Amino acid sequence: MSTRSNTEANVKSPALVSGLVTASVTDHKPALALGFAFILKKALLSAFVALVLFSLMIGIRTEAGPTGQLTYWTRFGELATIVAIVFVGSIVIELVRQWLGPAGTSQLVPAAVQNGLAAAGRFIAPALLIFTLLVPVIFHDQRYILDLAILVLTYVMLGWGLNVVVGLAGLLDLGYVAFYAVGAYSYALLATTFGLSFWVCLPLAGFLASLWGVMLGFPVLRLRGDYLAIVTLAFGEIIRLVIINWQSLTGGPNGITSIPRPTLFGIPLTAGDDGLAAKLGIEFDPTHRIIFLFYIILAMALLTNWVTIRLRRLPIGRAWEALREDEVACRALGINTTTTKLTAFATGAMFGGFAGAFFATRQGFISPESFTFQESALVLAIVVLGGMGSQLGVALAALAMIGGFELFRGLEQYRMLVFGIAMVLLMIWRPRGLIGHRAPTVYLKQAQAISSDLVKEGRG
Amino acid sequence: MKLGISPVPYQNRLRSRKPQPMDYFAQQLINGIVLGSIYGLIAIGYTMVYGIVGMINFAHGDIFMIGGFIALISFLILVSFGLTAVPVILLIVLLVSMAITALYGWTVELIAYRPLRHSFRLAPMLSAIGMSFVLSNFSQVAQGARVKPVPPIITGGYTLYHSADGFVVRLSNIQIVVVLTTIVLLGIFTWLVSRTRLGRDMRACEQDQTMASLLGVDVDRTISMTFVIGAALAAVAGMMYLLYYGLVDFYMGFVAGIKAFTAAVLGGIGSLPGAMLGGLAIGLIETLWSAYFSVEYKDVAAFSILIVVLIFLPTGLLGRPEVEKV
Repeated sequence: MSTRSNTEANVKSPALVSGLVTASVTDHKPALALGFAFILKKALLSAFVALVLFSLMIGIRTEAGPTGQLTYWTRFGELATIVAIVFVGSIVIELVRQWLGPAGTSQLVPAAVQNGLAAAGRFIAPALLIFTLLVPVIFHDQRYILDLAILVLTYVMLGWGLNVVVGLAGLLDLGYVAFYAVGAYSYALLATTFGLSFWVCLPLAGFLASLWGVMLGFPVLRLRGDYLAIVTLAFGEIIRLVIINWQSLTGGPNGITSIPRPTLFGIPLTAGDDGLAAKLGIEFDPTHRIIFLFYIILAMALLTNWVTIRLRRLPIGRAWEALREDEVACRALGINTTTTKLTAFATGAMFGGFAGAFFATRQGFISPESFTFQESALVLAIVVLGGMGSQLGVALAALAMIGGFELFRGLEQYRMLVFGIAMVLLMIWRPRGLIGHRAPTVYLKQAQAISSDLVKEGRG
Repeated sequence: MKLGISPVPYQNRLRSRKPQPMDYFAQQLINGIVLGSIYGLIAIGYTMVYGIVGMINFAHGDIFMIGGFIALISFLILVSFGLTAVPVILLIVLLVSMAITALYGWTVELIAYRPLRHSFRLAPMLSAIGMSFVLSNFSQVAQGARVKPVPPIITGGYTLYHSADGFVVRLSNIQIVVVLTTIVLLGIFTWLVSRTRLGRDMRACEQDQTMASLLGVDVDRTISMTFVIGAALAAVAGMMYLLYYGLVDFYMGFVAGIKAFTAAVLGGIGSLPGAMLGGLAIGLIETLWSAYFSVEYKDVAAFSILIVVLIFLPTGLLGRPEVEKV
């Protein structure tokens, strides 16, 4: 991070080189020494770069006309606005930077506040849980909030599932949505073809998803981090493409419709005579089903959480965390890295499958469109935002992310753009996650100094 | 110039009648080599960045897409200014799209990757994924979500062979242009890497960044230049794609990017001739798969090859085995 202050100034300071040399560069100039002229020069340079970058992409708008003829019109007003924003933004950023001082000296969150948060953290989780349990009671007449809460809980569950793979075992999985899709399609196909109920299919969906996890994982888990990421990404795309093209089985792009709803011990939640409402002798209300779904996904998410917390205390959980910290050391200590990775992969996939089955039964309709790479990236962003391994962090991140998406619903087009920008900024600002970072459960009490070489090799 | 537009790729289309096997194969071979050249140009960007920084530049496919868009827009402007000489148009479009796209590559590195160079392992990868979303959605917002077709700019071609049953093996001018441009650029690029100061710096940084910086190599600048060159080559690929298929859209970078990455891995990541070789192989496999098996599953085939290669041949065709340091 020590290169932060010279990112754009490299034009004028070629002497700053990276690696060890930069680490020892301590003559960060005092704040006011980099005077106004420097800030202005930098802002002008940024504005010029922005002008060139956006000259054609924003200054000119192309569109295919009704006859297929390509037409264009100019938008120099927008171009000027954006260049002006970049100019002013550059000045503001530089001023803030100088005000905050050189990199590393100022903590974004003061230590006292962080300690306070840690103390509060013990109360946040139970409070949040109690609040979540009461959500259907509080908002029983607000369908929108209940639907949103179910969506958030689905992502909480997905986040917790992926957390096992990414947060605990440190394997970057970019194709998590594949297991979500396998779960959803397993339930949809089993239910519509054989008429099996949700409760029978749920374990089957989880089992099938984890089977796919093992099938993918077994050959590829020898790969290094970023190769593994790309292979999982390719796998996710393969699953999606097969779902699209295998029309006779999956219905192709049209998806599968009229997927049965879950029942309560065989009693459907319908308005009919054999429905739950009629049996209990109360008036039927479609909200009952929503509330039922809410508690199902809450129970499933809590199960995921509970299993993860328990697993973390087992030898296998310890091995996952050790693997995340240092794979070579793991092998040296006799941990079978292949089976360790495989169990992490299969466990994560199983929870993905459960969530997929729930998704299918909630929607009543699934199509390949729900299982794109963007979905994987969203779940991954939740895990990263939550701080890689922190259960509470992931839950809060899912809430923030899905809530944020809802806020931007009006700006449909800009949603993914904002999402991408947020992801980049997050990585630059807090690469270890916004909310919390789970340190290994067991560690040596005496902290060890890590040399910059190790950090460079990716173990920092 | 006639501006009749069809969204269908200007490849030689499949005939409904079954042609002679060898003629058909020859035609597919030509198509595959052209497609492979485009993949190869993108793959060089992946392989160079991986060689020096050790990260998968996930946004590189979207840089390719941006290159295609800039070529399209500059082409449109030139035509509307009344320029008709096709070679002049092509040259200007090539230079403009290379220059602006290179600036995109430079900016992306500066904003999203440089601050993370010494961060933990997954951080640059995640930042790159974010950047990929930014670029593709930026062009969706800026240029609209619909596919942008262009009229054929380079028309005509040569008939190589008439077979008895009427199947024609054709080599179109655009195919010649794509392959020739690729060869020329590869020549320039090889010269750049092997003979110039910049190339030497790049190779030095690839071996040991710390040592290189101690010996006076400006590592930041060298890495920036790597991204700039990679982006410029991707821009050429984007322009060739535009000329060859006659369309661009904001989403094309994703799949093309993964396939080009597959090509880079297949050729041996870090190896420049390997990237080109891998590109050709992927182009040929994809074309032949579409021709003989099914068009629907051509992407599945390409992605499966990636998985198979990584399992059985992780160092690729021309790559050096990686030594794990403790």
